[in-house]
Amino acid sequence: MLPILQIGPLAIQTPGLFLLLGIWLGLNLAERLAPNFKVDANIIYNLVFFTLIAGILGARLGYALQSWEAFKTSPLSLISLNPGLLDPVSGLASGLVAAIIYGNRKSLSLWPTLDSLTPLFAVFAIGVALSNFASGNAFGMETKLPWGIDLWSAKRHPTQIYNALIAILILWKIYPKGKEGDPDHKLRGTTFLEFLSLSAGARLFIEAFRGDSTLFLGLRSAQVLAWVILAISMWKLSSLDSEAANG
Amino acid sequence: MIQNRKKMRLLRIVILVIGALWVWASAPPPGSITEGKIPAPQKGFLAPNFTLENLDGGKVTLSDYRGQAVLINLWATWCPPCRAEMPDMQEAFEMNQERGFVILAINATNQDHLSAVDNFVKDHNLTFPILLDSKGEVSQLYQLRSLPTSFFVDTEGIIQDVIVGGPMSGALLRTRIENLLPEKP
Repeated sequence: MLPILQIGPLAIQTPGLFLLLGIWLGLNLAERLAPNFKVDANIIYNLVFFTLIAGILGARLGYALQSWEAFKTSPLSLISLNPGLLDPVSGLASGLVAAIIYGNRKSLSLWPTLDSLTPLFAVFAIGVALSNFASGNAFGMETKLPWGIDLWSAKRHPTQIYNALIAILILWKIYPKGKEGDPDHKLRGTTFLEFLSLSAGARLFIEAFRGDSTLFLGLRSAQVLAWVILAISMWKLSSLDSEAANG
Repeated sequence: MIQNRKKMRLLRIVILVIGALWVWASAPPPGSITEGKIPAPQKGFLAPNFTLENLDGGKVTLSDYRGQAVLINLWATWCPPCRAEMPDMQEAFEMNQERGFVILAINATNQDHLSAVDNFVKDHNLTFPILLDSKGEVSQLYQLRSLPTSFFVDTEGIIQDVIVGGPMSGALLRTRIENLLPEKP
């Protein structure tokens, strides 16, 4: 765990740094690989840029609307740098709306766009795992296994490391290589759906070792959600196979 | 080709069945999720207990405040964001004191000067308890890595939020305090 990187008088919050690095490196990779999916790299950059801006603004406004009493007396808090004043659901919704509006204006096709964004998602997933490792969040259950790490007063499964390693493997799997780099080799949407099903499968497996799971009817709710996403993505992959076979 | 598609479909069904069995088999037995049971300076855990001296020389123990919402704030006079958030903290304390909210402002005295602490408290008319971590034991117990760091502790003694760095804005303070206090004013 290394939540703060002290460089002289500068205290850098490493969890946030890993997230930013994940977005930056992921976006660079997505731009570089965009031609493989027959998508303009500049369009990908703009799409991500507008989505992020709309997501951050929406997250802050959503939080402010839900806690209006707190903001009424200190409206300057609206522009505060505290990341704790963001509502993830509002951010996700506003980011998605901005992406849809931009996509419609540029007449982007859904599946090739999602395929070309997949390298960004895959690198960002590594960034999230490392961010959790730095902050100590998403920690594991207690274990006596030799690779357990000392965290929060116990020896625990290094679930953040499990996540980072699997995210690297998933990036390797979806990375266009050899014959698969040929844009006509793969069906539209396959790269994204493979990423989605692999990530859902990974979450389904690793969540079992978490020590902070939220429960739903005695089951780990993240596993239930991951199973549903896995089922939907595999069903969609099957229907893409059928469409291809039927011409 | 059709044979391959059938094999793939079968494989996907097998994966889903194994996944469902894994969800069921890995359901945590009661009590295995560690949240709120052991002390650690992390959200969801019991706030580690401590006893420190205040500015008057009296002893203050965290567990004595069980049943109240507590903001544990680690700070120093030389730290600009620590100084910047103190007026908002004082205001929040005055507004919510009667509702069972208290601030324990722990000065990292092992890296500060007692006279500077005294002057700062008088200059800013701070009325909440100022505790002195002269040996840095609480800083170590709470794994302090950056000043200021704030822990929002609920009435059960469980840490509900950790804010590393600052200054905390007035709105952030108010929303976090409201989350700790069940009754509205």
